[in-house]
Amino acid sequence: MPEARTKRAATARAGKADGICFSTRGLTKVYGHGTGAVHALRGVDIELPDGELIVVLGASGSGKSTFLNIIGGLDRATGGEVVFRGRDIGAAGQRELTEFRRRHVGFVFQFYNLMPSLTAWENVALVTEIAENPLKPEDALAMVGLEQRLGHFPGQLSGGEQQRVAIARAVAKQPSVLLCDEPTGALDSPTGVRVLEALKTVNDDLKSTTLIITHNQSVAAMADRVVIFADGRVREVRKNTAKTHPKDISW
Amino acid sequence: MVNGKGMFALLRALDRKLVRDLWGMRMQALAIAFVIAGGVAVHLLAAGMLTSLEETRRAYYDRYLFADVWAPVVRAPNALIAGVRAIDGVQAAESRIRFPALLDMPDMAEPASGEIISLPESGEGAVNRLHLTQGRMPRPDHRDEAVVLQGFADAHGLAPGDSLAVTVYGGRLRLHVVGIALSPEHVYAIAPGQMVPDARLYGVIWMNRRALAQATNRDGAFNEVVVRLSRGANEAAVIAGLDRLLAPYGAPGAYGRRDQLSDSFVASEMDQLRTMGMVIPPIFLLVAAFLVNIVITRIIAVQRAGIGLMKAFGYSDGEVTRHYLKLVAAIGALGLAIGGGLGMWLGRVMAELYMEYFTFPFLVFRADAMDYVAVCAVSGAAVLGGAALAARRAAALNPAQAMTLPPPPDYSRAAGMGITRLRALDQQTRMILRQIIRWPARAGLTMAGIAASVALLIGTLFMMDSIKVLIGDFFGVANRHDVAVTFVEPRPRSAYHSIARLPGVMAAEPFRAAPARLRHGHLEERAAIIGVPADAELSRLIDAAGRAVTPPPGGLVLSDDLAAKLNIRAGDTIQIEITEGRRPALMVPVAAVAPTHVGSGAQMRIEDLNRLLREGPVVSGVNLRVDRDAVDALYARLTAAPGVAGVSLQALAADTLAGMMDENLGAALGIYSLFGALIALGVVYNSIRISYAERQRELASLRVLGFSRGAVSYILLGEVAFLTLLALPLGMAGGTGLAWYMAGAMSSDMFRLPFVIEPSTYGFACAVVLAVTVGSSLLVRRQLDRLDMVSALKTGE
Repeated sequence: MPEARTKRAATARAGKADGICFSTRGLTKVYGHGTGAVHALRGVDIELPDGELIVVLGASGSGKSTFLNIIGGLDRATGGEVVFRGRDIGAAGQRELTEFRRRHVGFVFQFYNLMPSLTAWENVALVTEIAENPLKPEDALAMVGLEQRLGHFPGQLSGGEQQRVAIARAVAKQPSVLLCDEPTGALDSPTGVRVLEALKTVNDDLKSTTLIITHNQSVAAMADRVVIFADGRVREVRKNTAKTHPKDISW
Repeated sequence: MVNGKGMFALLRALDRKLVRDLWGMRMQALAIAFVIAGGVAVHLLAAGMLTSLEETRRAYYDRYLFADVWAPVVRAPNALIAGVRAIDGVQAAESRIRFPALLDMPDMAEPASGEIISLPESGEGAVNRLHLTQGRMPRPDHRDEAVVLQGFADAHGLAPGDSLAVTVYGGRLRLHVVGIALSPEHVYAIAPGQMVPDARLYGVIWMNRRALAQATNRDGAFNEVVVRLSRGANEAAVIAGLDRLLAPYGAPGAYGRRDQLSDSFVASEMDQLRTMGMVIPPIFLLVAAFLVNIVITRIIAVQRAGIGLMKAFGYSDGEVTRHYLKLVAAIGALGLAIGGGLGMWLGRVMAELYMEYFTFPFLVFRADAMDYVAVCAVSGAAVLGGAALAARRAAALNPAQAMTLPPPPDYSRAAGMGITRLRALDQQTRMILRQIIRWPARAGLTMAGIAASVALLIGTLFMMDSIKVLIGDFFGVANRHDVAVTFVEPRPRSAYHSIARLPGVMAAEPFRAAPARLRHGHLEERAAIIGVPADAELSRLIDAAGRAVTPPPGGLVLSDDLAAKLNIRAGDTIQIEITEGRRPALMVPVAAVAPTHVGSGAQMRIEDLNRLLREGPVVSGVNLRVDRDAVDALYARLTAAPGVAGVSLQALAADTLAGMMDENLGAALGIYSLFGALIALGVVYNSIRISYAERQRELASLRVLGFSRGAVSYILLGEVAFLTLLALPLGMAGGTGLAWYMAGAMSSDMFRLPFVIEPSTYGFACAVVLAVTVGSSLLVRRQLDRLDMVSALKTGE
């Protein structure tokens, strides 16, 4: 199984042009118009290399979630450019964005968003059925340590377990990008650490570019790179030279 | 506690929220309001129409002194009327002369028949007054002036100033039309023995009594008494008194309104309308109430975050409950307003339609306040009851709990989940199935609502199928003659032969008709015993399998309704008292009982009847099949033939009956079907819409995972589509049951609706509901396309 995993990881890495996963230039997003307009992004210029684990920090309203939604193809920018591996996704239509999400992006949300009527295995299968080169659902669940809970419904799982099912579901299609919006936001510290460990395993094994948005400063310790948002702009990008293992993090 | 002023301000804010919430859910609110309106409107329309028609009939009869009892005789001296008036219970009585007549109408080839009735010698009379719509009443000293029944006048363009040739009692009269009138006795102008009124072919003429007496050899005499009863009088006793008094004058027996041709038709139609009004609308109202209850419960269930928020601000459970009750009350009030207005308006429109149909001279529109109160109470209870339960349940949550996302429901313990583990299923289909299995009551209720709509459509629309079969059986199988010729009085068999030999006659069969009282035990019914040839082809009774039931020698065949009324079965012996001629009383075995759809009948062999009546081989008339190409000449010969009292045209009657049924039932059925479809729309649209609200997060998650809009729509709409497909057979079964019940309940003395449902009726009902499902799905699909993934996922609600 480890060989299989490495092989698939290799396939996922193929096709990198210049080692840059996302690059944005002059990215802006305005909600509403006129006097009531809210400027969520005021010109974001950033390059995010492939395969890195990136932690995005920032206060509420700093624009980090908006940024994540735009590069994940959930929302459209008002101005500027978003390039994913040489392709401008800022100009893509609804159909292309659906295709983009389906092929390349895995999402993990604060509230898990599992299908309550499907078991853990089936929630993952939901995605593998429409993916091109997926892991087996049981393998994806094994990566997050849930091989014993395949037949359980979300209603029978704890919050941490539900979030790990959500991670398994996001990674089962071997996405190039894994986008996590406050993945530990609804969890206590020990449970949150288990979830971060699962994310790290995925990033190590599949080499998916992983973005974790969080309020939690301590999570930054496990990142390759830390991006800090403030007032709709990138205030700071810092490379982390001394990465900590998630199990040494607590809050 | 908040002080009075602050409370007011807060309430204002809450009310603003109420208005905005309502606006936000306007489509859903409107759909619910329509369901309520459907139930309410159908109920009020039926109630308003019926009360109005009944009031109108009562007022018409009262104002124009419609008779309670009719007592025909052969000939009685005028002085006898004093004896009639002296009978206890008689409030007023008039004698008159009334004869069948042939009316010579130059504008058509077919012979018109009818009757001619004498007017009181002075004044308007105390019984059966006319309502003049044009012209004036004849002057007492003008022997040739006449008033014509409006329907007949309209059909022939007759107006005051025209003249008219009439054959009565073998003689010919030339009359001048001076007035056009309506008569309470002729709401339905119909020839005796016929089932279908035709204003063109059957007319009524009123004229000077002396002139008519002279023409019919009734000088100083009368041949009918009409009586109005005093309040509380016993009709049977008066009839017995009349029969005793008039027996020596050849009276076949007096009869009441129940046996009066026109009124029994009117009563039968009103009975049908009443049954329809009593069966269908309560079903509508119940279905509507039930749906509204469910829908409201679910709408409030998805508002739990809002409820938590209000409680967090410090609103009490009671205030929260009241707030949601107000929201619901607003929807309910909208439904009641739409339904109330629509119901009242349609009730009036329908009443006016029927007023014209029945040719009532005026309409007394009455809407019973109690109906409104009852309907409002039922709808109000359903709406607010559902809301109160749901709002109380929601208000009972603690605010923190209410504001967080509810934990995912547990799907592991629902029974029947096993089948959803089948490998062959894809995950989306699995989600649909599990959603249904996890909440079977909810799925069941949606199905029940859809099935009820289908059933309502079938249960109302089948009547058209039924009537088609009824008409087909009556005219195509049982009564296959084109023309029925009746003689003024029974004539020798040679009269039949001379008619049978006329050019244009393709087949002829004689018949003998004798009025009789049929008795079995203490039960008594009036009917005509019809004697037909042993191998009758043109007029026969038909059994359930559509085969002719031929009377065996010496035996009588009864229609099933008569048999039921007399509580008699094949093999029993029935007592027959013939009420003409020598009035023999006979005991005759009932050989068979035949189910008939239209009218009643008692048939035996013509030679048996002649023998029982102790007469020679005489006939009362002849049934004919005619060559359609030679028919005009034949009609001319028939109307000129001696002793012919009437010629009725069966062939035209079929068309008239079909048209009449369309007109009568068509409008009501159309409206009921429309409301049936409206209810389906309310159920289906709301089911999808609420499912959408409940599962928005799931659907948004799927979109984020890379599922296309189509795939996501499949999960949402697939459920309703699946439930609709399951509901259709249920609805068809329910509709079949409802149709069976309606067929029984709508049957009357005149018609017994056969229980027949054409496949096309099932098809149409299902197609309407499917169209409604598709339409509703498209509406919700549009919202799904605009689904905001980001906000649906981020927020708790």
